[in-house]
Amino acid sequence: MVSVLKAGFYTSVQDIGRFGYQDQGVPVSGVMDSYSAKLANALLNNKMTAAVLELTMTGPTLQFHCDTAVAITGAHLSPVINEKTPLQLNTVVTIKKGDLLSFGVIKYGFRAYLAVKEGFKTPQVLGSRSMYNGITSTIRINKGDLLPINENHGLKPHLTTVVKINHNHFNSSRLAVLKGPEYDLLSQTMKELLKNKTFVVGKENNRMAYQLHDEQLRNNLDPIITSVVLPGTVQLTPAGQLIILMRDCQTTGGYPRVLQLKEMAISQMAQKYNGNRVLFQL
Amino acid sequence: MPYTLSYKRYGEYAILIEWPKRINEAIFLDLSAFKIAIELQLNKNIKTVLTAYNSIVVIYKPTENLKLNDEVALLKLYYSKKQILKSKPRRTWRIPVCYDLSYGIDLKGLSEIKKMSANDIIKRHCTPNYLVYFKGFLPGFVYLGGLDPLLFHPRKEKPRLRIAQGAVAIGGEQTGIYPNESPGGWNIIGNSPIRFFDVKKEKPCFARNGDYLKFYEINRKQHRDIKTLVNAGVYELEYEFAQI
Repeated sequence: MVSVLKAGFYTSVQDIGRFGYQDQGVPVSGVMDSYSAKLANALLNNKMTAAVLELTMTGPTLQFHCDTAVAITGAHLSPVINEKTPLQLNTVVTIKKGDLLSFGVIKYGFRAYLAVKEGFKTPQVLGSRSMYNGITSTIRINKGDLLPINENHGLKPHLTTVVKINHNHFNSSRLAVLKGPEYDLLSQTMKELLKNKTFVVGKENNRMAYQLHDEQLRNNLDPIITSVVLPGTVQLTPAGQLIILMRDCQTTGGYPRVLQLKEMAISQMAQKYNGNRVLFQL
Repeated sequence: MPYTLSYKRYGEYAILIEWPKRINEAIFLDLSAFKIAIELQLNKNIKTVLTAYNSIVVIYKPTENLKLNDEVALLKLYYSKKQILKSKPRRTWRIPVCYDLSYGIDLKGLSEIKKMSANDIIKRHCTPNYLVYFKGFLPGFVYLGGLDPLLFHPRKEKPRLRIAQGAVAIGGEQTGIYPNESPGGWNIIGNSPIRFFDVKKEKPCFARNGDYLKFYEINRKQHRDIKTLVNAGVYELEYEFAQI
């Protein structure tokens, strides 16, 4: 078990997602930055489907009630063991029963991933542990929660070095995109704008979507007949709002789908926050 | 007669197939038959097939050797081989709705704008068999076709932050039921005690694409009673078979 002493800004249990229910209107959900989360599980030799904790901006304070090993990847939120020993990112760290894991200031990125040996064992709903409103009983972890994990005695500290990560994943404003299904409806001017302009990430961002606003993108494109949307789809509203759909996005939508982020770009987007810059690479 | 379809790449691992830009039952049947034809092929590259009014999205497993152009060629072949869906019985689910003004918070306003009595609105809302085209937006939200054109009404300019679970509403040319409390911009005319999404069930939403819904009016007490049974998990939703 792991007990939650402080929950952090927005900490939730996520795995690679809930598949097979999109035709019932259920979002895929799952880790926002799947690249970083997969690395955390890979370091521990976990199954790819093991559930991890997704930490947002400020991490939680957790106490472990059994021995295990952990790996933290993604954003650098200054993790500390027992309030004194800084914990290295992107490597395996052994944890003793009673150890306290807390987090401090954000050094880079926005979302961090905490994997434990064999994964978090919170209840599976419709084949996934990913927390989502109306599906799982809670949408994030709360103070006082007990998160089930397997006990793992005698795990030797890995002799592997720290995995080197590419900091472009966190720092670069460039996002690789493809044309969306309605890209061709755009005027030449708007196409140029989408390709060449650096957009600024607005305030309203969450696991469902990021929003970018630009007055020059104001338009009178017709809405489309409600159709399927996917994580990474960039919708354009008449008011000039670009909505970048993320993992918890609805399964269908009616705004023109002008761009589609490549899978890696969705992971990169998940590390952005208010004020960051975005440049689409078509 | 087969439709001329357009095939577009949608991201790295999906193909979007589109029918003419219309919402009608003929397209729905053609699209449903195509979906079945795709699924019967057991193409190992395909992860899932999703449908909407006039489009299908085929999502593929994210592998490096996936060639979407080859897959489009295969899809075209499947379309040419699809069978016409035989007329088969489909369910018409009877959905109780309480149109009391305490639930139907926009009913009075709608009645004034439309110069139509609340009773007339209710009668017109309870008349059609609404076709379930697909589910989307939120878990268990059914996209229905068949609303009386006299009841068409634009969405609110400013969506409400909180709409009650079970709210029955009109948005543009559509009517629908909010399966869960959520924000929303449709005009609320009533509330149904029926649960449209239940994670404890293998098929969390009882309504299958191609089924029909028909609303009938209940009073506040009936609403409360049905809700009690629904919450206890013992309410049996009524349906009849409709021949198409």
